[in-house]
Amino acid sequence: MRYLSLIASRLLKAVLVLLAILILNFFLIHLAPGDPAMVMAGEAGATDAQFIADLRERFGLDQSLPMQLWHYLAGVLTLDFGYSYRQQMPVLDLILERLPATLLLTGAAFVISLGCGIVAGMLAAMRAKRPSGSLIMGLALLFYATPLYWVAMMAVLVFSVFLGWLPAYGYDTVGSDATGLAHALDVAEHLILPATTLGLFFMAVYTRMTRASMLSVAQQDFVKTARAKGLAPGMIQRRHILRNALLPIITLAGLQAGQMVGGAVLTETVFAWPGIGRLMYEALMQRDYNLLLGIFFFCALLVILFNMLTDVIYRLADPRIKEAA
Amino acid sequence: MSFFRRFVQNRGALVGLVILALVVLLALLAPLLYPESPWRMVQRPFLAPGELPGFPLGTDTMGRDVAAELAHGAWVSLLVGFVSTLVALAIGVPLGALAGYFGGRTDDVLMRITEFFQTIPNFALAIVLVAIMEPSIGSIVLAIAVVSWPPVARLVRGEFLSLKHREYVEAARLVGQGHRDLILKQILPNTLSPVIVLASLMVATAILLESSLSFLGLGDPDTMSWGYMIGAARTVMRQAWWLSVIPGVAILLTVLALNLVGEGLDDALNPQLARQR
Repeated sequence: MRYLSLIASRLLKAVLVLLAILILNFFLIHLAPGDPAMVMAGEAGATDAQFIADLRERFGLDQSLPMQLWHYLAGVLTLDFGYSYRQQMPVLDLILERLPATLLLTGAAFVISLGCGIVAGMLAAMRAKRPSGSLIMGLALLFYATPLYWVAMMAVLVFSVFLGWLPAYGYDTVGSDATGLAHALDVAEHLILPATTLGLFFMAVYTRMTRASMLSVAQQDFVKTARAKGLAPGMIQRRHILRNALLPIITLAGLQAGQMVGGAVLTETVFAWPGIGRLMYEALMQRDYNLLLGIFFFCALLVILFNMLTDVIYRLADPRIKEAA
Repeated sequence: MSFFRRFVQNRGALVGLVILALVVLLALLAPLLYPESPWRMVQRPFLAPGELPGFPLGTDTMGRDVAAELAHGAWVSLLVGFVSTLVALAIGVPLGALAGYFGGRTDDVLMRITEFFQTIPNFALAIVLVAIMEPSIGSIVLAIAVVSWPPVARLVRGEFLSLKHREYVEAARLVGQGHRDLILKQILPNTLSPVIVLASLMVATAILLESSLSFLGLGDPDTMSWGYMIGAARTVMRQAWWLSVIPGVAILLTVLALNLVGEGLDDALNPQLARQR
């Protein structure tokens, strides 16, 4: 029962945030230069005054602002995100077509960055006073300061252009009719570079977080007790320190995971990865505002889903938080 | 030990400070060293670094002097980095101060707004804002500030919460100081050191954001920037790899330097914490 009310309150909060984002979106459309009818007419390649007037009437642009907001919200509730005149397709169809590729990329990057980040941070904490520990933290600082898109380009330069090990761009080999496992392997090969380069920045973040969290847990009394009763240091690191240090990292990682969707715009642009990030770049190039704002809404939706998921999992996993809530 | 001596003892922070000073010098000297526009074509395109005297870093796809582009780009990166951080502080500090000082419903409302802005994916919002306001230095600064103020507000709020019931604040209240004096003269000055540390790290993030925006073609069309240079070099990566490597290294060094300085400031301003680590 408590779980149900917890999930219900999270859902309510998520709906409110989405509503606020839609209202923000609506006002952003009106902030764009020229009124939306002019923009749409421009996108459709028409300058005829009658056509623009028709558009205004058809989309209710001759009505008051609150009425327009109402129509916009009602449209979204029926899953109508408008029409992209440049791509001659409804915005929703365009996004849904590209969404799986982005989920695959960000999901892979998330797993890589969290896995490697935790291991690296753990090693750095255990060797805090040795050169190898400093080396890990130095590398983390370096990746933390490197532009995402530039790492991606350098990886292409080294691993595709110079070494020729991995494909430089795309989702699968063009013209290949492989199916099943062969196709999956082909996609995996194309995924390695984008997922790793997108994950590097976040790996650096998780490495620093894991190290800090482990060092602060190591100061607590129960660790001293474990040490005093003579447990092996490796056992203390794994069973006592790491387990307790991981919980806050998982929550923070959940919060950060959503930001990966934003980073995916850069990675997908460099690797011509056919996801919503690449779609956002195309929308930018063509000044396709309907599509741009639709994608923005979906990015925010993904962030909220990620956050809710980690929040609920975390609360279910750690009984202490339930008592406090 | 004084703040300055603690800072100087940190080797990383010192290296960062030196790199940063060099970049600032480059930015300040750009109009003197290269008084002409960096957009001007000066030689044949695709000149490799060192191939011709007078063009130490070569020329790009349009025959522009890469060294001139780099110098003028330094100016834009630093300008956008510092100004957008100042704007973010101007939004975040007052909101955090009011939320922390007054608490209750003010705190609720302000923190809901802050959380909302923290939920929205930063980079996606910055892209949308710049695209809709049309790319210019002003819109880029504003967009970066809009996506980076929430951590400031949260930090300042936390500091205010922990400071507002301290004895010296209560004493000032008893003497009859009003809310304005208590906030501005008693509490705010004591929140400065964590805010300075956060601000130095925010400049680094802002420079990364600016370069990412101009890489995507959302830079100010009138100013040369490092991100634009990398974006323009992307299609010729196979023929002229140095065109993307040079500006990339410049961004990396600048951001790294700012992070090192930020960490050094953190250690120097909070010696107790530094010893624990």
